[in-house]
Amino acid sequence: MITAGMDLGSKFIKIVILKDGEIIARVKMLSGFEQEVTANDAMKEACEQAGIESDAIDRIVATGVGRSIAPFAHNKLTEVGAAARGAIARLPETRTVIDVGAEEGRAILITPEGKVRDFAINEKCAAGSGTFTETMARALELELAEFGQLSLKSDKVIPMNAQCAVFAESEVVSLLHAKTPKHDIARAVHDAIASRIVSMARRVSVEKEVLLVGGMAYNVGFVASMKRTLEMEIHVADEPDYVPAEGAAWTAYDKASAI
Amino acid sequence: MPKYQTEPLKCWKKAKELRDKYYLDYATAHERGGLRWTGGAWAFDAIPAGLGDDVYPITGEPYAAGIAFNKPFSLRCLEEAESKGWARDLCAYMRNYWGSMYLDEYNTGGKYPKPDFAFQDHICCSHAKWYQHVAEYKNIPYFCIDISVGPYKDLNEDRLMFVVNQMHESIEFLEKTTGRTYDDEKLIEAVKNDCRLTSVWAEICALNRNIPAPLDEKTMYSLYVFGTLQKAKKEFADFYEELRDEVQDRVDRGIAAIANERCRLMSDTQPPWGFLKVFRYLEGYGALSVGSLYSFGLIGIWEDKPDGTWGPRTTPMDKGIPIDTRDQALRILADWNLSKPEFQHFYDAGLKTKMMLRIVKEWKLDGVMLHMNRGCEGLSCGISENRLGIAEAGVPVMTFEGNMGDEREFDEIKTRDRMDTFMETLGLERSES
Repeated sequence: MITAGMDLGSKFIKIVILKDGEIIARVKMLSGFEQEVTANDAMKEACEQAGIESDAIDRIVATGVGRSIAPFAHNKLTEVGAAARGAIARLPETRTVIDVGAEEGRAILITPEGKVRDFAINEKCAAGSGTFTETMARALELELAEFGQLSLKSDKVIPMNAQCAVFAESEVVSLLHAKTPKHDIARAVHDAIASRIVSMARRVSVEKEVLLVGGMAYNVGFVASMKRTLEMEIHVADEPDYVPAEGAAWTAYDKASAI
Repeated sequence: MPKYQTEPLKCWKKAKELRDKYYLDYATAHERGGLRWTGGAWAFDAIPAGLGDDVYPITGEPYAAGIAFNKPFSLRCLEEAESKGWARDLCAYMRNYWGSMYLDEYNTGGKYPKPDFAFQDHICCSHAKWYQHVAEYKNIPYFCIDISVGPYKDLNEDRLMFVVNQMHESIEFLEKTTGRTYDDEKLIEAVKNDCRLTSVWAEICALNRNIPAPLDEKTMYSLYVFGTLQKAKKEFADFYEELRDEVQDRVDRGIAAIANERCRLMSDTQPPWGFLKVFRYLEGYGALSVGSLYSFGLIGIWEDKPDGTWGPRTTPMDKGIPIDTRDQALRILADWNLSKPEFQHFYDAGLKTKMMLRIVKEWKLDGVMLHMNRGCEGLSCGISENRLGIAEAGVPVMTFEGNMGDEREFDEIKTRDRMDTFMETLGLERSES
């Protein structure tokens, strides 16, 4: 049985194809302005990678902010449902999933069966998201990977407002004018985001094992801040931004198997 | 396939006519030699009723909710209030109302009809200042009753008299302000109407315990409003009895609010008035909100029944308590209104959680949707505590941010997305997907 999951995120479109429960293709493309066109291109590339024709796929499930316009999809799944299913596939012991992508941060509490018990999503501000980190890195004239690495060199705690991306950016500018070293500013930014995400996660409670997924989990500075703020060990998924797409593919697999 | 039969409410047209007449009566009161007053929906409107049958109120919250539904006008009102220097995070109702006043435009057309006096009570910080500002801006007399006497469970004689004594003073104020002689018989009649209307509304809400629910909350919003417009008005109390009989008939015949009911929810606080369609969106899942502490308890007056359930409070008339004098009427009016469920959680979020969990259990609900309403600090204060209490009780709960009266603070797409997620966690799929 061949199934696929499509995650139409605000920045990247990710596609995962499973064959009998094994991943046989993984593709990621910048979403761009024409998400539907990108989704078609990504699916074509995924099928080539898997060595299959697109009509060989038994079921496709779409997730992500753009899921409503997803071509080919048989079913739609919310980002929360996709991240939860993907997390259970990666680490069955997961009880809390923290998913931080380009646009949103989410905390999801799941049952041992992988069902969502409770969830929280960041509200109307980009301050808890990957896009905010990119903006801050740009303000410091750093590449994103460099921004994460650099923050590990800091041992200073500088409080920063992460309730509003605009105010936080102006604080970064103030710190720059005060000749604060870049690595301290980088850590302050990551600590602020982590503080916001952890506060949201604690609204639904944080239970072991915790799995961090989403594109922000690539950022080592953010991961370190999350561990410090949560005061516990967390698991960081490999290729963390694929987890929701995998969750969608697994949901397609579950649905196709149930027929 | 639809499971239940459904049909429109027969008294819907009458409800609309009564509502339109209310706003028209207020606007045209002076043409008939009558008086106009303004205040909040929580005001003791039975008291000005003693001035005569030609005294018409306009209550700020439903008026402002109507403005919020009229989005282009609402935006102008909000911007006008902000241009005067008022902060954007103040009560959204208040800003819409003030905007209408500043622009000198009435939501239903024409100029903003200047009230002759303002009559209010201190239910929250905004309410305390709202009509004080109206009075200053329009140069009209103002009387406000302080009702900060704590929750009803702690009410004692001293606390009750603190309110009743102010009510007596308010009658002296009304006589002096209007030059009219106060009629205690009209007060007594109005108090009886208040008790009757608010008890019958609770009776209507209690009928929604039935499966399928005869009413959905979006429809209830258009009906509960009479209790916010003028609780002491005979025509409105009569209308609620008519509505109660129709809803009972729907229950008897198994008529549902939505044909595919399979998930029963409750909401909380005022909804985003400009986006009530989100309730219709839920129907795609077979989900409906059967009410809330807000729609049940802002108007309805409730009591514990012998079987342990929550039911309409027995009126003083049914208990045979005499209401023959001004003092008796005012004591009953104060006691009755201070027992309003929505009043209680201004003092303790825990009391609200208890009432909400009671509704979840008795109305057989599957989940709770909490509106973290930036437009109303009074009703939103403590919502996170409520959320925690509901979640700890094992009841599925979701939150969404918004504003009841400022569409700039409501994201419809995100809210729908949040609802999709909540429905998914409850194992529901949209019928059209």
